[in-house]
Amino acid sequence: MIIKVRERTKMSAYERLYLPEVFRGLGVTLKHLFHNLFGNHKTRPLQTVRYPEQKLNYPERFRGQHRLLRRDNGSTRCVACYLCATACPAYCIHIVAGEAKDPKIEKYPTSFTIDMLRCIYCGLCVEACPEDAIRMDTGIHTKPFLARSDAVMGHLELLAFPGQKDTSLPYGAQEYRVLKNTEKI
Amino acid sequence: MAFLIITTLIKLIIIEFLFLLPLAAILTWMERRQSAYIQDRVGPTRAGITIFNHRFTLWGLIHIVADAIKMFFKEPFIPAKADKIFFKLAPLIPFAISLIIMALVPFGPDIKCIDIPIIGTWLLTNFPEYSNITLQIARVDTGLLLVFAISSLSIYGIILAGWASNNRYALLGGLRAVAQAISYEITLGLTIVGIFIIFGTAELSQIVAAQQQPLFTSLPTWGVFVQPLGAVFFFIAAIAESKRLPFDLPEGESEIIGYFVEYSSMAFGMFMLGEYLEIVVLSAVFTTLFFGGWHLPIIINLQINSFLAAILGMIIFGVKVFLLSALQLQIRWTLPRFRYDQLMRLGWKNILPIALANIFITAGLVWIDPTYKLAAYFGMGLTIIFIILVIIGPRRATLTATTSFNNPNQNQV
Ligand code: SF4
Ligand code: SF4
Repeated sequence: MIIKVRERTKMSAYERLYLPEVFRGLGVTLKHLFHNLFGNHKTRPLQTVRYPEQKLNYPERFRGQHRLLRRDNGSTRCVACYLCATACPAYCIHIVAGEAKDPKIEKYPTSFTIDMLRCIYCGLCVEACPEDAIRMDTGIHTKPFLARSDAVMGHLELLAFPGQKDTSLPYGAQEYRVLKNTEKI
Repeated sequence: MAFLIITTLIKLIIIEFLFLLPLAAILTWMERRQSAYIQDRVGPTRAGITIFNHRFTLWGLIHIVADAIKMFFKEPFIPAKADKIFFKLAPLIPFAISLIIMALVPFGPDIKCIDIPIIGTWLLTNFPEYSNITLQIARVDTGLLLVFAISSLSIYGIILAGWASNNRYALLGGLRAVAQAISYEITLGLTIVGIFIIFGTAELSQIVAAQQQPLFTSLPTWGVFVQPLGAVFFFIAAIAESKRLPFDLPEGESEIIGYFVEYSSMAFGMFMLGEYLEIVVLSAVFTTLFFGGWHLPIIINLQINSFLAAILGMIIFGVKVFLLSALQLQIRWTLPRFRYDQLMRLGWKNILPIALANIFITAGLVWIDPTYKLAAYFGMGLTIIFIILVIIGPRRATLTATTSFNNPNQNQV
């Protein structure tokens, strides 16, 4: 059995007077206050990143908004296997599978939606996908929404990530039903 | 009679609506900015108004307006089983009590009616029975006692809030507040006994007047000089009374569930504003008792028109109150919160005996030397010993911080 003995440092009698230490503490905070009010900001600038104007570089593995990937012929890579929806801890992926024309592919999603308000950006869907069809490498924040229904992103939005805006590319089986905004699940 | 009503109304507007409420509002902003600077942050600076393509943010002062608007437009939610009347009444009590206490505090020297420009002579001919205007809304003989009698009522607002919201956590928060208030009220009462002994009066404007007497040449008989122990422990107990950090166990904004969990929108805003009002009121009372109220030793000898003197006095009073409020904010952002048993131990076992001893020491010193010189020597000796302790006190080896202040990732976009 391992017993971890933690030594507690006893306060000295002087420290238990408390008030002198309070004044010392006040000295420390006042030093910071006056430095930041009147001091030289060049030698020690404030740490705040003024966000919209100033941005930090995100780490390479930053999980941003999702995107769906396409095959070379433009059809979606997703085979509607439901693995991502099963892995998702927030239950925010909803897939409706349809039969693909290509017998080797078997299935494709007629509708693939992610509720961005429920998503916790954990990346488990990406891990789960056997087809590398879904990724979170867009590097963009999900934009704010005015209505909750707007937060549910359909496959068209997910496929049209920045840099691949061209949605005129052929997509999967031709009978794919184009969902209107109002028709989202 | 008409004279009294009108002057009282004017005084009311000046001290409550032009001083107390705006200062409390500014403190809500100041707390955020000051804490930001203490922690090397920036604080709120975003809210602003754009006029002719120029953006005015006034260092973030517009956040006050933004906060108020936000508070008013939120949903005032009342829990289903709450006691509706008391639930709505509770936030008003601390708020109202702060306003009442402020009415007892003198905020300037008396004005002779004749000295008021333009209407002075008119006043003298029409209201010959009133020669003075006192810059204090209510001059009560039991002033100081009344202040404490009324300020102890504000705990009712808190226990009512806790009880009426029909929430166990809120009730527990209210009970914590009551236990704390009772413990520290005794200290508060004991520390002012020293003031009674020294100044021999409970009337606040007379206490201020007594503090103008020179002690040594130009040093006035301010409370801090003759009653340093009383001043320090009064301040500690008063912070505990107003439930600010390090004594903020009743609410514990971020960690503990406090008595106003169930409050939302402006009802919560009233509690919030009430807290800042209490800061201002506490500073005002503290100034009056220990820092000579509206007076400053350099200015006392100036032979000027009493109207100008009153304006000067009001400014001095305002500055003192402001600085003390800033000190309270500073203390809040310096000290960690006490544990509940530490709070009780500090109140009953440490501060209370010292406050009690302070009474006997003060009484003894004043009995030996009625000119207060001995009390002042004693106080200054204590202060000097204390300063030496702070400077040369033993220090623990501290961890050296290795923060780099130049963040390489930070780039301008
Ligand atoms: S990131 Fe996590 S929460 Fe979001 S969709 Fe993927 S699995 Fe679900
Ligand atoms: S795991 Fe991949 S292939 Fe399977 S449904 Fe999700 S995105 Fe499509």
